[in-house]
Amino acid sequence: MNNTRRHPEIVLPEADLQREIRARTRRDFLIGGLAAAAGFGAYEWITNARQVDGVPWPQRRILDFNGRLARGYLRDSHLMPTYTADRVQYLKPNGNDGLDADFDVSQWRLHVAAAESAPDLELRLSDIKALPRVEMITRFCCIEGWSVITSWAGARFSDFTEKYFPPGQSLPPYVYMATPDEGYYVGLDMKSAFHPQTLLAYEHNGKPLEPEHGAPLRLVIPVKYGIKNIKRIGTIQYTTKRPADYWAEEGYDWFAGL
Amino acid sequence: MLKIKLKHLLAVRWFHWINFPLLFLMIWSGLLIYWAFPVYHIGPLHFFPKTVFNALHVPFRLAEGMALHFFFMWLFVINGILYIGYTLISGEWRLLVPRSWSAFRDAWEVILHDLHLRSQLPHQEKYNAAQQIAYTGIVLMGIASVLTGFAIYKPVQLNWLTALMGGYPMARLIHFVLTLGYVVFFIVHVVQVALAGWNNFRSMVTGWELISENE
Repeated sequence: MNNTRRHPEIVLPEADLQREIRARTRRDFLIGGLAAAAGFGAYEWITNARQVDGVPWPQRRILDFNGRLARGYLRDSHLMPTYTADRVQYLKPNGNDGLDADFDVSQWRLHVAAAESAPDLELRLSDIKALPRVEMITRFCCIEGWSVITSWAGARFSDFTEKYFPPGQSLPPYVYMATPDEGYYVGLDMKSAFHPQTLLAYEHNGKPLEPEHGAPLRLVIPVKYGIKNIKRIGTIQYTTKRPADYWAEEGYDWFAGL
Repeated sequence: MLKIKLKHLLAVRWFHWINFPLLFLMIWSGLLIYWAFPVYHIGPLHFFPKTVFNALHVPFRLAEGMALHFFFMWLFVINGILYIGYTLISGEWRLLVPRSWSAFRDAWEVILHDLHLRSQLPHQEKYNAAQQIAYTGIVLMGIASVLTGFAIYKPVQLNWLTALMGGYPMARLIHFVLTLGYVVFFIVHVVQVALAGWNNFRSMVTGWELISENE
């Protein structure tokens, strides 16, 4: 066993031994103290550096790095598990930013800004319902930590884009969605938006979407936390620049992927 | 005869003292995150009462907690991998890992001894059986924390891992219980270090321990 080679012993007269260990103690506690001070200084810097959207920039850098890493690993074949209808749970309406109580659903139109060169579109719910219908029972994960199994029906965002994004144009890397009053808005990377479980949903639990869940049309995107599942979409804009995001401006991760 | 012996290797001392603030920061930022959905309780015993959260200034710091947690997780994981790798390659694991099932019986005798219910300690090398179980267990807990952590961090991209950890809500519960385990470990560890005295504590900083032996 090489135990004694790794754990050597020093045998000296007692006075020399005491001097030896005192010298080692002085030196190593000094090094330890300096290391602790350096660690503390690093922590102060990491937590007090200039803020970018409510997060000190070194932490924002790492959040964005984590996001790029996660986007790189994201695959259409990596799916949120699906459940049977008897597992569906109550979904608590959580947050009503952008949900104006006086909103008249019958006047709702979806504005689509696809490209500079193409005219903006104005769509009705029937246009969305004309797309292939997808029913899905998945777990809805709130960034707060709770999650419930929810049932949705809607059209895949990828099908929507295939139909309404002008042919021949190259698809930009981001999409921005906002409520009609722009009180709530999300930015998404196109890879997550094109995930097969990303729906423009118009039904919840087999019934038309309730006002508190974003009637008449909301985003359901299981590869993201609930904060990205924007209710009552008024505008969809394809864009080359990373779009603004309501909660990312409040100190949360922009990518917010699951 | 008096001698000094190198008890803790330099690398292991660095891994230990780097891990200490990192684990503390993971627990603290984890608490900031947990506050947003603090549902766990055993009967009337809630984790944690509002007064505890308020006293620690935890409420409404979810975003801050997530940014810290997903920053320091990398350092925690890297330090942990380096420690385990070093321990395996150097052969130090032989001193740490219990060698047989009798370690559990020996550990029980160590506990009785430490509680002053028994005068004799079982034979030991660098670490006694209770220490071997605790120091091996804490590494396994660390691995489990990382696995359950990633299971709740990426339940879609790593859905196989989430399923392996018992599903999303179960993985979160395990992640939380492990954290309580660290707090218990820390308390026992600090008490034991305090009881063991200066020579022992100094060896975790300098590496060297003063030993007097009867020839």
